[in-house]
Amino acid sequence: MADKPTVAVHKFASCDGCQLAFLNLGANLLPLAERIDLVHFAEAGPVNLDARVDIAFVEGSISTPEDLQRIRRIRASTGYLVSIGACATTGGIQALRNGAHSAEWLRQIYASPEYIHSLATSTPIAEHVKVDFELWGCPVTGRQIVAAVNALLLGVAPRDDADKVCMECKRRNTVCVLVAKGEACMGPVTRNGCGALCPSFGRDCYACYGPAENPATDALARRFKGLGLMPEDIARRFLFINNQAPAFYAAGHKARGTGHD
Amino acid sequence: MTEHGSISGGPGFLARDRLQALIDGILAAGYACLGPKVRDGAILYEPLDNAAELPVGVRDRQIPGQYRLECGDGPRCFAWATGPQALKPHLFAPREVLWRAERGPDGRIVFSDPQAGVKPVALFGARACDLAALRLQDRHFLEGPYPDPHYAARRRKLLVVAVNCSHPAQTCFCASTGDGPHASAGYDLALTEFDDGFVIHAGSATGARLVEPLRLSAATPAQREAQARQAEQAAQSQSRSLPSRNLRSALFANLEHPRWSDVAERCLSCGNCTSVCPTCFCHSEAEELDLGGARSEHVRQWDSCFTAGHGYMNGHQVRPDTRTRYRQWLTHKLGGWHDQYGRSGCVGCGRCIAWCPAEIDLTEEAAAICGASA
Repeated sequence: MADKPTVAVHKFASCDGCQLAFLNLGANLLPLAERIDLVHFAEAGPVNLDARVDIAFVEGSISTPEDLQRIRRIRASTGYLVSIGACATTGGIQALRNGAHSAEWLRQIYASPEYIHSLATSTPIAEHVKVDFELWGCPVTGRQIVAAVNALLLGVAPRDDADKVCMECKRRNTVCVLVAKGEACMGPVTRNGCGALCPSFGRDCYACYGPAENPATDALARRFKGLGLMPEDIARRFLFINNQAPAFYAAGHKARGTGHD
Repeated sequence: MTEHGSISGGPGFLARDRLQALIDGILAAGYACLGPKVRDGAILYEPLDNAAELPVGVRDRQIPGQYRLECGDGPRCFAWATGPQALKPHLFAPREVLWRAERGPDGRIVFSDPQAGVKPVALFGARACDLAALRLQDRHFLEGPYPDPHYAARRRKLLVVAVNCSHPAQTCFCASTGDGPHASAGYDLALTEFDDGFVIHAGSATGARLVEPLRLSAATPAQREAQARQAEQAAQSQSRSLPSRNLRSALFANLEHPRWSDVAERCLSCGNCTSVCPTCFCHSEAEELDLGGARSEHVRQWDSCFTAGHGYMNGHQVRPDTRTRYRQWLTHKLGGWHDQYGRSGCVGCGRCIAWCPAEIDLTEEAAAICGASA
């Protein structure tokens, strides 16, 4: 089996939803198993944290001192490192604690906060080690995983779909919820990959895939204002699941009046 | 019914309560019928078997960045202008597999054509602007040196039932581009709606065959006059226009106009305008592999001059920002098309105006940029 590429799936601070994108492949996992040797994937069975692997998929953000040590060990024993999901690519929803009073929060929430060993911030994998490719999304989809695995097995760089959600809405013939219903949809600044899921159910995109390429956040914030959103409402549209993604961070704080420009 | 159809010689009249008979005839001829229906707050072309499913009394209110339907009075089913799409997605598919490739055990790659039998489709309710756009898409996909077989297969089996536009939206400007509101060619059947029924023109032998069994009475002179008057009123109700039908020189003389930067501040570069544009044909193609690694599909899908991929060539991004992307959209649509297709690529349907989430008005931008040079 030594000739098959070895693959590991690691987890950091996260909800495990991106690992499910693997497991939800169901029967399709069988042909994949013919082509790779899955050596570490705790949620699916195999555990071998320190195995040297050709490809490591990393879910979750760095939020404890132990995480910091572990991600460096993983990087040192990995060929291609691919971070998957909003937590791994931007720090995730839990990064809302960045810049907040996290120690104070710990004292308020936990009866014995001394047992909690967490960092003051939740940060993306790429902030600590070199990441070769990022799959955005909350959670990522099986389709993204398949495309990335295939590309890496063929020895080519995975294709990065950073176009806007709007493109996919139109391809699906989904009626624009911003234009037809006045919803504060984040689709025009959000990266595609979900298949424009929320608008296809008549609701607004909440940007769980993070900023698209060339995101016109100022123009969208102005449009939201025109739709009647208050500055704090606009800020929260941007400061959500991908609140630390630079484009959203800047737009959110600008709307709130806590930005730098 | 003793009246004899004068359809071959001129228009006939179909009473409103017999509209179902026309739909039944289309279905009986083997077509899947697509017609306008209200879904998710817009008018979309969906499978239609029953005339009662048409949007009776529905009106549309369209302004830049906003589309709303309202319930009005009266029996009319076509008292609205346009929905977000009409013919384009049914011919130039938003996403389709062009070919499949499979690697056999001997390593040989076998290609196959995924085209299953294309079924005949009748699209009921196309507007004059849609027909003008269809003519342009035909030129692009069928009349060049490499006709597109996927588009061609669907086009051959398409029956077009036009309905003349009697209620243009505020965003419409087909009168200024010369493409409407009255359908003059490119249909199998064209209907003009009145409260009591429809004046019907057959535009093809197939269309004539479909109305023949209805044994229609000839449209009266009064009905034909009313038809002309309705078309005239629809044209006169339009307030938007382009500065000229040929803006080619004016646009290319203004490539550094400050308005390009101004519109780039407002534009979301989201591609909604190009996606709803009935003449836009840009697409991207990519291989999609299955997990076994032995089969792949070559997929084509709608792209836009507002994406990064559209401007990427040979390691270099030629349109890195919104300014250059918006400029590409406008200069190609209203300028470059004259060189490629002998006319502007705009048919005045106004979809890019209504469906722009950023409320940008193409006619306003064109006027500002071309200014006195138009």
